[in-house]
Amino acid sequence: MSSDVRFTDFKSDKQPTWCPGCGDFGTMNGMMKALAETGNDPDNTFIVAGIGCSGKIGTYMHSYALHGVHGRALPVGIGVKMANPDLEVMVSGGDGDGYSIGAGHFIHAVRRNVDMSYVVMDNRIYGLTKGQASPTSREDFETSTSPDGPNQPPVNPKALALASGATFIAQSFSSNAQRHAEIVKEAVEHDGFGFVNVYSPCVTFNDVDTYDYFRDAIVDLDETDHDPSDRDQAKDKILESDKEYMGVLYQDEDSVPFEEREGVEGSMAEIPDGAPEGAMDLVREFY
Amino acid sequence: MPEDLNWAIGGEAGDGIDSTGKIFAQALSRAGRHVFTSKDFASRIRGGYTAYKVRTSVDRVESVVDRLDILIALTERTIHENEDELHEDSVIIYDGERSTMQDVEVPGDATALEVPLKRLAEDAGGAIMLNVVALGAACEVTGFPIENLDESLEKRFGDKGEAIVENNKEAARKGQQYVREEYDQEFDYDMETTDEDYVLLNGDEAIGMGAIAAGCRFYSGYPITPATDVMEYMTGRVDQFGGKVVQAEDELSAINMALGAARAGARAMTATSGPGIDLMTETFGLVATSETPLVICDVMRSGPSTGMPTKQEQGDLNMTLYGGHGEIPRFVVAPTTVSECFWKTVEAFNLAEKYQTPVFLVSDLAMAVTEQTFSPETFDMDEVEIERGKVVDENDIDTWLDGKGRFQAHFAAADGVSPRAFPGTTDGAHMTTGLEHDELGRRTEDTEVRIEQVDKRQRKVETAREQEDFDYREFGDPDADTLVISWGSNEGALREGLTLLEEDGYDVRFLSVPYIFPRPDLTEEIEAAEDVIVVECNATGQFADIIEHDVLERVQRINKYNGVRFKADELATEIKQTLDTPAEATQ
Repeated sequence: MSSDVRFTDFKSDKQPTWCPGCGDFGTMNGMMKALAETGNDPDNTFIVAGIGCSGKIGTYMHSYALHGVHGRALPVGIGVKMANPDLEVMVSGGDGDGYSIGAGHFIHAVRRNVDMSYVVMDNRIYGLTKGQASPTSREDFETSTSPDGPNQPPVNPKALALASGATFIAQSFSSNAQRHAEIVKEAVEHDGFGFVNVYSPCVTFNDVDTYDYFRDAIVDLDETDHDPSDRDQAKDKILESDKEYMGVLYQDEDSVPFEEREGVEGSMAEIPDGAPEGAMDLVREFY
Repeated sequence: MPEDLNWAIGGEAGDGIDSTGKIFAQALSRAGRHVFTSKDFASRIRGGYTAYKVRTSVDRVESVVDRLDILIALTERTIHENEDELHEDSVIIYDGERSTMQDVEVPGDATALEVPLKRLAEDAGGAIMLNVVALGAACEVTGFPIENLDESLEKRFGDKGEAIVENNKEAARKGQQYVREEYDQEFDYDMETTDEDYVLLNGDEAIGMGAIAAGCRFYSGYPITPATDVMEYMTGRVDQFGGKVVQAEDELSAINMALGAARAGARAMTATSGPGIDLMTETFGLVATSETPLVICDVMRSGPSTGMPTKQEQGDLNMTLYGGHGEIPRFVVAPTTVSECFWKTVEAFNLAEKYQTPVFLVSDLAMAVTEQTFSPETFDMDEVEIERGKVVDENDIDTWLDGKGRFQAHFAAADGVSPRAFPGTTDGAHMTTGLEHDELGRRTEDTEVRIEQVDKRQRKVETAREQEDFDYREFGDPDADTLVISWGSNEGALREGLTLLEEDGYDVRFLSVPYIFPRPDLTEEIEAAEDVIVVECNATGQFADIIEHDVLERVQRINKYNGVRFKADELATEIKQTLDTPAEATQ
């Protein structure tokens, strides 16, 4: 790892095709800054991206990366980290990828607590398929497939995370560049699963959860007396439905990552050019 | 006096049938007798009928047969379930003092041996040992030296303390003594022992051991019958070699975790059965287009849907061969014996890494539940070779960078295989994706790049055909007019069947095919035969279909895969061109 890595080193030469003004630009910039400022470089970083507008991030960033199957980014990230704990693993996706088709993996990734970060670009809409309701869309949000609104409450991913035994839960906002980068950086530095939900507005298909809405509604936890080590305080904030908070909601300072608990010590990539020493003992066990 | 002896213990699930059967099988194995076991079982924890069957001989045994010589029946149903396999010399051991066994009728001329299993077990220290009393009784009936049982009892109960082991040895002797005293008759069985020392293992264990030997360090899976034994075998053991087993939340996750580990450079595997392979299908395409080496093991059971989870079937051949939308290169390898489960697993990992593509390792329930004896040299670890393919490191990565210093992870090499840089390699950073991509791994819809990448991936199959030996295993009479072809676990039963046929004057040539794709070309063999019979454990003949396909007259083909539909004028031109070209040239 070199110390002179700049965040632009994580930028590829591919121009993003996101709509002008898309929240994902800011989200990605913050991710790159957080990676650079935590001493990582593209050659030791592995990005896993889901499917959707957010999933394109693997192409626009420069690192080792896999852009996978819809909803399965987290299991890929877990496999990468388990096989080589020396890598910095960051998984990224959208609200559909993470909380709908991948919701099952989300809760299990949270409770597994592998040392990686998970940055979700939550725009409360399906953008790439041109504007259908997402799991975080409001109950009365009218879309082409929900003309009267979804008629079901949105998922609360932070509450899901807390209930699943999360060790790090944060909320960020793509338009607040500095705070966003700081929050993602904290997630990267966390010893365990660093979950950051990012409000990343869709300027094309969501005219309700807009930049203006978030700017007005958001409260920075740094400007309150919130104590992120207090799980009860975190629970109260997460369940408050009429407020949008920004910052680290909860962090368990004693978190020990799964791979450490499981005794994984180094990269699994290197193996001998024949059966490993002692392999014949495996045969003898069958006597 | 038959050369082989067929022994079984049956009762309700939860009666300790499996562990008792295994103790006996191990004792036989340690006494230098060959063993081939099978199980009748139901998918439930308690209740229902279950049996553990052992066929044993001083010669190798490769199959089960429809004949039962010694039956330990813990329930009346056990006798009924096996009625057809009993004969006049059969001996049935049961506890006539049990209220549920009062009215037992022994079929035909078989010998009923009433042994108060429970009472004798209580005398030895506890009713729980009644199965071991029955084993002692079986030793007396079969003339098998009871000392051979002691070692297996020590292995089974050693961690429970010496007193328990001694009580069990005593229980066995009480059973033996009771039969000797109460049934003072010569039984027509005499199990010889030899100086050989065999190991006893099943197909799932052989796959797990093969994986560890081959350097597999990451396994992720979701428990499912009959693949769970692979996972249970590797758990704890792979850790001793720096690896890890992770139990995933479902098979979607299991295959993606394994994919991630393989991207990170580890040799990785997942194993499942029918319902799990259905879920994993979603990721087959990604594994192939991201060119990730991955071994996907399918231990087949009866389908479709939940089917008959504890019954045998070879019904997933088409699924592993064709599963997933779109078209991908893949290898399908199906070991034909328990020991081949080991060697084909080793080969699967080499194929996966040499060609950077998914390898389906297809086994089945019959091998998964069969414990078979082998001399330990069968699994000579010195014979294991590891081939990792085109892995590049810091020293040679420059060769694979484009003009702008970017690593070409999907370089369109002549042999179809690109360089592979493990994450962490300096200057190797690159992305890959399930989207069609260019040589740098970046998405594209460019029609020419699309064709270049599809062709490049497909070329791996041709390269493998040239470099690998995808041959069949041949048995029987090479000049026979009758040709029998089979795949997977049927090899043993067919080999023994051939001997029976030979006794009746039938000469048969038998080809056992472990490679489903790419597979050996059997055209010449089929043309040389008068009758060709394909044997497989399924209803529709999936392997027969592809064998027939292979020997069909060839059609000429027009294919288009650049993402654009056919156009009328283009088709007219293409058809004219095809007609003007000799058929051979278009194949």
